[in-house]
Amino acid sequence: MGKYFDRLMEDVRMREGLHSCMNCGVCTGLCPAAEFYDYDPRQVVNTVQMRDDEEIEKLLKSDALWYCGECMSCRPRCPRGNTPGYVIQALRKISQEDGFFAESEKGRQQLVIKRVIGGSILSEGYCLYPKLVSPELHPEQGPVWAWIHENDTQIYPQFSPNYRKAGPGPFRKISEATMDEIRRIFEVSGGAKMFAAIEEHSEQKAREMGFAGANDSYIEMIYTHDSGTHTQR
Amino acid sequence: MKRTSWQEYQKKVADDDYYYVRSCIRQNFFPGSEKAFLNIIGGDLGRSIYENPEHTTCTGIGYHSDIVPMETTMTVVARQFALLTESGRENLAVSCITSFGLYTEMLETWHEFPETEERTRRYLKEATGREFRKPKNVAHTSDIMFHHREEIARKVRHRLVNVKTGEPLRVVDHIGCHYAKLFPKVGIGGAEFPHVLAGMVEAWGGEVIDYPERRHCCGFGFRNYLVKANRGFSIANTHKKLESMAPFKPDFIITNCPGCPMFLDRWQYTIAEMEGTTYGQDGVGIPALTYEEVAGLVMGYDPWALGLQMHQVNVEPLLDKMGVKYDPAAKYLGLNGKYIGKPADTAVNINCGTQQVIRNL
Repeated sequence: MGKYFDRLMEDVRMREGLHSCMNCGVCTGLCPAAEFYDYDPRQVVNTVQMRDDEEIEKLLKSDALWYCGECMSCRPRCPRGNTPGYVIQALRKISQEDGFFAESEKGRQQLVIKRVIGGSILSEGYCLYPKLVSPELHPEQGPVWAWIHENDTQIYPQFSPNYRKAGPGPFRKISEATMDEIRRIFEVSGGAKMFAAIEEHSEQKAREMGFAGANDSYIEMIYTHDSGTHTQR
Repeated sequence: MKRTSWQEYQKKVADDDYYYVRSCIRQNFFPGSEKAFLNIIGGDLGRSIYENPEHTTCTGIGYHSDIVPMETTMTVVARQFALLTESGRENLAVSCITSFGLYTEMLETWHEFPETEERTRRYLKEATGREFRKPKNVAHTSDIMFHHREEIARKVRHRLVNVKTGEPLRVVDHIGCHYAKLFPKVGIGGAEFPHVLAGMVEAWGGEVIDYPERRHCCGFGFRNYLVKANRGFSIANTHKKLESMAPFKPDFIITNCPGCPMFLDRWQYTIAEMEGTTYGQDGVGIPALTYEEVAGLVMGYDPWALGLQMHQVNVEPLLDKMGVKYDPAAKYLGLNGKYIGKPADTAVNINCGTQQVIRNL
């Protein structure tokens, strides 16, 4: 008992974010995720503080771990000074390191985020750039965004002297020397190892599920599939 | 209580010599806002701002969707501080709320857990050979605009007043969650009574309208918007805010976060298409603007030079109320005045009443 708890407490966010929860439920009352999903952050925190390895492992494999949107609205309002959002972050780190994320529908989505956002960070130096937000994948963006997307070379240079070129400004081309520094930071500090873990466990899960690997079909599935079980009360 | 309690949460904002870091999201959706900040603070007010083109993402979206570990984000943040140090400046001006929250979180973590700072310095040196000093002052760019609000008010061309009625425009603010919910002491007005945008609105002649869900998240929720299957979370939370503010008849929404104006703008389009519901007066959407766009309009900037054509909800009803002159034919021009076509009309911009909208769909 306490194996996972001890490991979680190595994360400074746990030491900052969990002291002693009295189960008042304020966090659940104000949580945007609890409003939408069948979700109770109070219960997540209570499961962790009870230090039961079996229950924590169930949580690490569950959809419930992946509902939080990390707005951190819980942080200033907890009367005991806890931060359920920090507890979630620490749990998600372990879930990905150990491969438990791939056991749940919502957890499996980490692969698409890793490839899209992670890929953009390491190739462009930005979390996202206009061509990444395609109207086909983002119909909710509407016709103005489609117009911007189609006419990017006519529109963005009006606001940037260096659109996709060297120099200051939005959407400047970040130099290869800088990108090498960012990639080395990922190597040295654990970012690359985390990316590799997400890929490896996803590959294994995709094959278990009958895909030929974590390929485009698997990505399409995890990006769009909604079992409809997440908001039932 | 609410009128004065914000004053208990004050912060020191540097007056000059800024080192500017950009936002990944804003450069996609509202790049005119960052340009307007530099023009207003750097040009009109004459303050010195420096931008190093070798700064990068802070990794914030990756960090808050949990693919990037804290140690990596800390080291990328440390690299940004190293560039600041090398520039000889000390006052960090942060365009993004997620970045502002992250810089603050990392500095606070280093303070509370000094071993994490030591480790970060080691990682940064090993990866890049760089070293850093911590910034003397960290401000979100809305803090800086708030700091200069009275000076801007003295240069006002169009007050936030309805030119036909003489009444102040009714404005609802939306503060990005990571501005002050993480560390209330770093936000003007703290987490519960943030005054950073309200102070601008009042200084420029508008009336700030309170509404029940003023503190609720816009609905980004990082992984909840990024993944298509989760976007119900995002629209549901934006819907909650719009339903809450609509009865108070706002003329526009003012925001200080990269994602919030985009969600409050785009989800109005989606809701109008799905349900035929619009939230503004006269049967159309409520314009959702950034504080730089509002400052630019107040100071007489051309709306299209501010990038207001990049909003899905039309801003013209607001421009008309303020008495801002604009050329409708210039709205959809590309480089060198070339006409590049225009987006299709949508339900959120068509003033034909709910039933008509539903029939059109």
